[in-house]
Amino acid sequence: MIHTRKLTKNFTVKKETVEAVKGVDIDVAPGELVAFLGPNGAGKSTTLRMLTTLLRPTSGTATVAGVDVSVDPAGVRARIGYIGQGNGGGHSFRVIDEMMMQGRFYGMNTTDAAARAQELLKSLDLTNLAKRTVIKLSGGQRRRMDVALGLMHSPRLLFLDEPSTGMDPQNRANLWEHIMRMRAEHGTTIVLTTHYMDEADSMSERVIVIDHGRIIADDTAARLKANLAGDLLAVEVAAESAPGVRGLLGRAAAGGEVQENTHDGLVSFRLRLPEGARLAPALLKEMNDAGAPAQSLELKPPTLDDVFLELTGRNLREGADR
Amino acid sequence: MSVQDVRDVAKKPGLIQVLHDTRYVFWREMLLPLRDPFSLIFSLIQPLVFLGLFGPLLGSAVGAPAFGGQSTLQWFLPGVVVMIALFGTSMTGSNLQYELMTGSYERILATPLSRSSLMIGRALKEWAPLVVQGLLIALVCIPFGFVFYPLHVLFGLVILGIFGIGLGALSYALALVSQNKEWIFWGVQQTLLFPLMILSGIMLPIEAGPDWMKTASWFNPLTYLVNAERELFAGNIGSDTLLGLLAASVTAAVGLVVGIRAINRNIR
Repeated sequence: MIHTRKLTKNFTVKKETVEAVKGVDIDVAPGELVAFLGPNGAGKSTTLRMLTTLLRPTSGTATVAGVDVSVDPAGVRARIGYIGQGNGGGHSFRVIDEMMMQGRFYGMNTTDAAARAQELLKSLDLTNLAKRTVIKLSGGQRRRMDVALGLMHSPRLLFLDEPSTGMDPQNRANLWEHIMRMRAEHGTTIVLTTHYMDEADSMSERVIVIDHGRIIADDTAARLKANLAGDLLAVEVAAESAPGVRGLLGRAAAGGEVQENTHDGLVSFRLRLPEGARLAPALLKEMNDAGAPAQSLELKPPTLDDVFLELTGRNLREGADR
Repeated sequence: MSVQDVRDVAKKPGLIQVLHDTRYVFWREMLLPLRDPFSLIFSLIQPLVFLGLFGPLLGSAVGAPAFGGQSTLQWFLPGVVVMIALFGTSMTGSNLQYELMTGSYERILATPLSRSSLMIGRALKEWAPLVVQGLLIALVCIPFGFVFYPLHVLFGLVILGIFGIGLGALSYALALVSQNKEWIFWGVQQTLLFPLMILSGIMLPIEAGPDWMKTASWFNPLTYLVNAERELFAGNIGSDTLLGLLAASVTAAVGLVVGIRAINRNIR
């Protein structure tokens, strides 16, 4: 569905060249659900905008839905759907009018557009708002309308740029329900950008981590976490028995850092333990045998934030370091 | 194939495609006044007020000889029509500004619509009320001694439509380059509009002014447009009409080239 080779975008800001995207190779197969994850300014939206022909690549190639973005941008646009960061509905327009016109822009006839609009209004709980002007809609309603606009022509490939930014958790869940249902019904290929790691984690089958204009990881969320981060193990032992397990825990961390913290006569150790759930019971037994029984234990599965930290040394939520 | 080569072979939309797309862009924009007819009513009243209040002053202040023997109304009415067209189509970009601030411009940019249709459709929407306005004020003026030549007037409105596409596209480009600095749009639009208007003899006959003003008016496309409208409203078709049509066509061509460059510059 998507193939890019050395796709690059430079911006010139005050006579200085900023390399926003530095030669990325991306291949997305039909039916995939892929998230571009990265901090603000990482280049994920720029990449998306090149794929949707809203930006022209500086160099490299991109084929989207079988069409080269540089040769036939209008042809690409006819084959994809795009839901941008902003609200797509014109403020003074009525919801139904905008949806009908959107259908016409994509070459649908009036009958098909009307039927499709009714269908989408219903599935996005907008039926009662059809004749309302966009400016009178709440934030959540506007976002649902954006989705309706993006789906009017039933695209086989849908791009979403930060789809749930600024939405409350309930609306976010609602939005995802609609997207997932549509995907299940039509096998739509979906590419989205997000800086919400939990969103990328729970919704996407495949996560492409982008940082400083480069792809630094590309795999399923589960594998990224298992291979790069490991579970976070926090274990407490009595202060006097701590020396007996220090070496043991160091070996378990396999070269990773072991943090130590003493309080109220207890020493707590924190370390990353790959495949923690499987290895923890054996580790507890070894600690027992070493005369330092665990007083408490906490095992946390890794998040994509941990993956990002492992890859870049920075926290995803802190954003890009500029 | 290098990126440059690829760009050179990039597909251009055909004329049929542009006309097709323009229709939809125009219709979307027309929904605004149609859904809110009050704006239409006000737009009909404004030229009448102007004609009713400025016309009598003009007649007594300048005196009949400056109008080449025509009645003041016959001379002034075409000027008012050109003025409405000027104000209307130069506002094309201002309506775009709101859409640039939200995501709706981007949403439409992501549809397969051809780029020139985005500008032409919007410019024609600003021109469309003029057809109604122009015909209405002509009818209203008949009792006051205005002689109405419907076909000539309609042709005059078509010429204004062509001119409006060019001015609308320029206004569109201005809105794009002044994005996030909205005041620039208004500054440039107002600063250009009034000298252009005065130097075309819309409101007062340029013949009454000093020589340098007459010379300056030769370089103003609007002058030829106003002259063409005056000729047509007087029921004649001659060299002024041809020159006006030419000036309108050149404005349209320049406007579209500048406009499309502005759109493409935005995606660079």
